[in-house]
Amino acid sequence: MNRNKIQKTSTKSSLKTIKKATKIEKYNFLYSTNNYKVKFDKGLSEDVIKRISKHKNEPKWMLDFRLKSYKKFLKKKTPTWGVGNLKEIDYNNITYFASIDSKENKSWKDVPSSVKKTFDRIGVPKAEQAFLAGVGAQYDSEVVYHRIKEEFEKKGVVFLSMDEGLKKYPKLVKKYFGSVVPLDDNKFASLNSAVWSGGSFVYVPKNVKVDTPLQAYFRINSANMGQFERTLIIADKNSKIHYIEGCTAPKYSSQSLHAAVVEVIALEGATIRYSTIQNWANNIYNLVTKRAFAYKNATIEWVDGNLGSKLTMKYPAIYLKGEGSRGEVLSIAIASKNQMQDAGAKIIHEANNTTGTIVSKSISKDGGVSAYRGLVKIGAGLKNTKSNVKCDAILMDSKSKTDTYPVIIVDEPTAEVSHEATVGRIGEEQLFYLMSRGIEESKAVTLIILGFISEFSKQIPLEFAVELNRLIEMEFENSVG
Amino acid sequence: MKKLLLSINNLSVNVEHKKILSKFKLDIKEQEVHAIMGPNGSGKSTLAYTIMGHPKYQVTSGKIIFKNKNILNLSADKRAKLGLFLSFQTPLEIPGLNYFSFLRNSYISTYNKKISVLEFNLLVKKQTKLLHIDDSFLSRALNVGFSGGEKKRAEILQLNLLNPSLAILDETDSGLDVDSLKLVCKSINNLKKENPNFSVIVITHHKKILDFLKPDFVHVMNEGEIIKSGDKSFANNIEKNGFTKIIDEYKKLKPK
Repeated sequence: MNRNKIQKTSTKSSLKTIKKATKIEKYNFLYSTNNYKVKFDKGLSEDVIKRISKHKNEPKWMLDFRLKSYKKFLKKKTPTWGVGNLKEIDYNNITYFASIDSKENKSWKDVPSSVKKTFDRIGVPKAEQAFLAGVGAQYDSEVVYHRIKEEFEKKGVVFLSMDEGLKKYPKLVKKYFGSVVPLDDNKFASLNSAVWSGGSFVYVPKNVKVDTPLQAYFRINSANMGQFERTLIIADKNSKIHYIEGCTAPKYSSQSLHAAVVEVIALEGATIRYSTIQNWANNIYNLVTKRAFAYKNATIEWVDGNLGSKLTMKYPAIYLKGEGSRGEVLSIAIASKNQMQDAGAKIIHEANNTTGTIVSKSISKDGGVSAYRGLVKIGAGLKNTKSNVKCDAILMDSKSKTDTYPVIIVDEPTAEVSHEATVGRIGEEQLFYLMSRGIEESKAVTLIILGFISEFSKQIPLEFAVELNRLIEMEFENSVG
Repeated sequence: MKKLLLSINNLSVNVEHKKILSKFKLDIKEQEVHAIMGPNGSGKSTLAYTIMGHPKYQVTSGKIIFKNKNILNLSADKRAKLGLFLSFQTPLEIPGLNYFSFLRNSYISTYNKKISVLEFNLLVKKQTKLLHIDDSFLSRALNVGFSGGEKKRAEILQLNLLNPSLAILDETDSGLDVDSLKLVCKSINNLKKENPNFSVIVITHHKKILDFLKPDFVHVMNEGEIIKSGDKSFANNIEKNGFTKIIDEYKKLKPK
């Protein structure tokens, strides 16, 4: 193999200067509910997997898929790279399945009041009214509330929980499930493949363009409750869809694990945007495998916002498989006290005339650690490929840390590749300028941060942007003191 | 009798341990316009930043009394709330911060009162019209991609909205064409008419702005102090003869 350009850099930076000691006001949800209808005991075994599959009344191939995945999970070593320590996860102290109610709810009226109370806290009903879109809100392992706007149903758009999708569209699911993220891809993908529950199944028929975003709220709501949702999105030829997922979780003192797998397939000419805002409680390991295939002239956009969690490891990937396909990853990460955000993106060019863009922004504060970890790969012989990577980081104080691990592997001399990275802190002059206009220091800091991530917040629907801004205000406004 | 608005006494200021202002003195009454001229590096901008409360400028002695209050321990935002305003020589760019949203935040903070977006929009639109600022600026990021002149007019828009008691104009005229300069000065003269305690400190290198603002006093600064003051006609003298003669005369008279 003739590698014309291999670039591998690692920069570590931390700021010596500290403006003022900062304290943190955490954004916590205090509500939680504990009345589960079915809840398995903690721990993982073949028997647990068989029970999950039986409870869901799954076809045999899915049970086999689960059991095979479980074997892979047991064999695979825990990754030792990354900024956090994954060895701390105690798999036997996690509940692998719980359901609040066996049947799905389509109308808000039917949703149990305890669940409503929790959702009220994060504004789901409001979002539902505002968006008029289908809300698939996942309460622990199963979708309890699922409603699709009539428009989607008329157009033939399928938006179901993954479990329902498996029942109603077995052929489609069998064809694509595990085709983008193989069951032995990584330890956590194997775990998910073995014990998955819930998540969304979306199919958009040929030539159907959906402008209203599809939304799903996810939520972990029990101590030591693992959440292993599985999402599969297929956009058929020349279709278009925007899928939005928002997560918040109540705080618990014991460790919790979220290991999701998201598989996205954009067939010829299709466009898929997948937006996520996650705000996990800071005791949660958030280990997600997100991957997309873009076929001829297709477009994939990952918009990914990571707040909270103890450790997030997430690198949305795009395989540009077809000629003329395009991929874009836009992400922000905020790492606060006791939090590590190890996030990034991967774009693999496998065809001519393909374009990839990665924009990553991170903010580290109160000792938080953030890392950009990315991969751009362009194969030999490909014509007219372009790839741009831009990562910007803000360090709020000297206790915090930011690392950049960009890997760029280009085997094609004509490829246009650029990589840009900056690390800075909130400028004293900018701060003074805003303060000279009567704006208090903490508010001025917040405004600068909101400006820094505006490239991201402009790309998400207004309601989400408002919620994101509110979270950031809470995070930063009381932090200067 | 006009009330004293700002009184600076015996003010010495260090920047990164270097002395820039030395036993500086200046009194400004309500409804007065003071021009400050002087060679580059004489401490004019330092004076402006120090009055506004930039943390980099360390006051080693003296007092700044504004509206009968010693403001030296106040942060910049508190000084702004008291009625001080600085029009920056080089306004800062803040990527991603929407100009309109910045204006509204600054208005709400300064006046400590809520104003709806719609209501505020009306206020702002009135100003953009007066200052010939295209409304599209309001949806752009603060000062990002603004030309030099646009930045300066944007500063005056803020000045008009915040309506302070004392405006410090740090080389507001640089980068402005004659028409823009006229607009800006007209707008400042209006503030003076409408606000009975409004006063201005104009820091400038050019007489032109003084033709429009008609200062009551013209001061020349050198090496961190005022070395000579006069009335408006003094500016003509400076423009004709430069600073060298004034500085030399002062040095001869100054007791060692």
